[in-house]
Amino acid sequence: MNLSQNNSQLVPAALTSTNLPLWKQEGAEPFLRIENITKKFGEFSAVDNISLDIYKNELFCLLGGSGSGKSTLLRMLAGFETPTSGRILIDGVDMSGIQPWKRPVNMMFQSYALFPHLSVEENVAFGLKREGIARSEVKQRVGEMLELVQMSHLGKRKPHQLSGGQRQRIALARSLIKQPKLLLLDEPLGALDKKLREETQFELINIQDELGVTFVVVTHDQEEAMTLSTRIGVMNHGEIVQIAEPHDVYEYPNSRFVAEFVGSVNLFEGRVIEDEPDRVRVQSKEAGGMLYVSHGISCAPNQKVHVALRPEKIRISSKQPPQNENCIHGVIEEIAYMGSQSVYRVRLASGMEVRVTQPNFARDMDERFTWQDQVYLFWEVGSSVVLTS
Amino acid sequence: MSIQTGAAWVDFASSRLARYKLFNGVNWGRFAVISVPTLWLGIFFFVPFLVVFKISLSESAIAIPPYTSLLDWDLEEAYINIKLNLGNYLYLFEDTFYLEAYLSSVKIAVISTFFTLLIGFPIAYLIARSKPSTRTLLLSLVILPFWTSFLLRVYAWMGLLKKNGIVNEFLLNIGIIEQPLTMLQTDFAVYIGIVYTYLPFMILPLYTALEKMDMTLLEAAEDLGARPSISFFLITVPMAVPGIIAGCLLVFIPAVGEFVIPALLGGSDTLMIGRVLWDEFFLNRDWPMASTVAIVMLVVLVLPIMLIRNSQGKEEGV
Repeated sequence: MNLSQNNSQLVPAALTSTNLPLWKQEGAEPFLRIENITKKFGEFSAVDNISLDIYKNELFCLLGGSGSGKSTLLRMLAGFETPTSGRILIDGVDMSGIQPWKRPVNMMFQSYALFPHLSVEENVAFGLKREGIARSEVKQRVGEMLELVQMSHLGKRKPHQLSGGQRQRIALARSLIKQPKLLLLDEPLGALDKKLREETQFELINIQDELGVTFVVVTHDQEEAMTLSTRIGVMNHGEIVQIAEPHDVYEYPNSRFVAEFVGSVNLFEGRVIEDEPDRVRVQSKEAGGMLYVSHGISCAPNQKVHVALRPEKIRISSKQPPQNENCIHGVIEEIAYMGSQSVYRVRLASGMEVRVTQPNFARDMDERFTWQDQVYLFWEVGSSVVLTS
Repeated sequence: MSIQTGAAWVDFASSRLARYKLFNGVNWGRFAVISVPTLWLGIFFFVPFLVVFKISLSESAIAIPPYTSLLDWDLEEAYINIKLNLGNYLYLFEDTFYLEAYLSSVKIAVISTFFTLLIGFPIAYLIARSKPSTRTLLLSLVILPFWTSFLLRVYAWMGLLKKNGIVNEFLLNIGIIEQPLTMLQTDFAVYIGIVYTYLPFMILPLYTALEKMDMTLLEAAEDLGARPSISFFLITVPMAVPGIIAGCLLVFIPAVGEFVIPALLGGSDTLMIGRVLWDEFFLNRDWPMASTVAIVMLVVLVLPIMLIRNSQGKEEGV
């Protein structure tokens, strides 16, 4: 819970217990296995044939926009929705036909769903009392849990007497008290303001690490997904379009959708000229020339592709850079100073607008740009990605 | 000298007046808004109440109106005589008939309220949980009886419950009974009448409470290991408490004073305070006694309920 703890403790246990994370080990047993799950509402497929393995101690994020099916998938894990087809196995046990109140799963609701007529202590104790645990033990465990979320002093309050952040902690305490094997979190930080969200997400990781619970988090906030998760599953139209570690999702998106949904990106349309062993040459009318990309997926010559380039990977200069490759020319149209960085919108000769962000290294930059400045944009051959879909 | 003190007094008075926000101009709008219901309550509740209270302190007389006046004066002899008769109140406690009538009314009202709640809750629950389109239809069905006169509906029950009424005919025909049942002019008929008449007053507040309940609370309860039957009693019922209280009061208060239903459906031995009041007023022409019965009913029954309601409102921060 202490934020000043050293950084290694922020890394989830899944990463530190072995050299390789479980999902990269051959033949590792998944803790949660989702097999060809489909959920239809009438003709509409909210979740469309999803298969997914999640391993012990993971903090897995389902990231997607509204209507992507992420919440429906989560509700099927909790047992509130029945899959149209497919099955869910938790720790090897098939969950089909098992009622929500019998599953080894607990959920933290987006609205927190705290019982308004019960005090904080009674809310947290609710799950234990249903198990018929002795009163003294309930009291002790509720006390410990409230301590874990730093809410011991507010045990007698009613939910409406708490702030948003306090309610969030109580909701978390309530969902953890039964020591579930799997905790489902629906937009856990969605209702908090930015500052509180940043603090809370580290606490969430610490608690997850301390208790060794597997978390499945649903969120539409890519920043939240980035900081929290061991792996991210990006969802769109009821399908998972990419499953990867946060770094890979950002740096190596596998489709235009992922590239645009996670962070911002410049996409140059072009045709493959040659697929060389170490790089791809792409002719792009939009970029006004040849683009060189070192990381690519195998593609055929003359195939239509997109070259994705993150704004922060582009460097900007008023002088012609020494390199010839991956260098384009344009005019600054808009500048936004954001304190830590500046954002430039640069218009190319083709009419395309390129977004460039530059960190503001020094208080007074040597080179200050202004509107209508002619500038060169250039980047490393390894900075961009070729996308075929 | 006198002018000065006069001016000083005006100053003083206006400074006192200025302290009352009422005269600050800013709150005139608010005053205007509040004054309408206040005036309404004053004219149609408080003044009649005072009149009834006044009559209850007089004595019955063969005159028009049939009671003595409290004040009489003689200007020549220069006296004003105020005569307050507390005898009616004393009599109320001396004759156990009135106490029995009160208790019987409360008993009938409590039992009918209980059954109204028992029947109303599932109906309200069903409406609140149905699709929004069906909801409107079901709600209008609940309100539909109000389009017919209340008296007509009670008479309809007489037709259903009498010796050769529809219910008896039906039961005789299918052979469950051999002799027609005596249902009319019993307490049973009174309960049926009250429950039937006041059911919508129970359903509507219950529906309001259940309809605005957050359904994720039930999911949260299930998620924490409570099967639906348990979460119903631990979550749904507590969340409906404001509706239950409102509904019970809306049924209980008018049921205690109910007159028409016991008069039409009840037997001669069905004792209810509303009937006693009616008899005192129209049969005995004892207006003061009737007024006393009314005042005591108001004080004994309604005031505690109002106080409970008020303290509850404060507790919930409403």
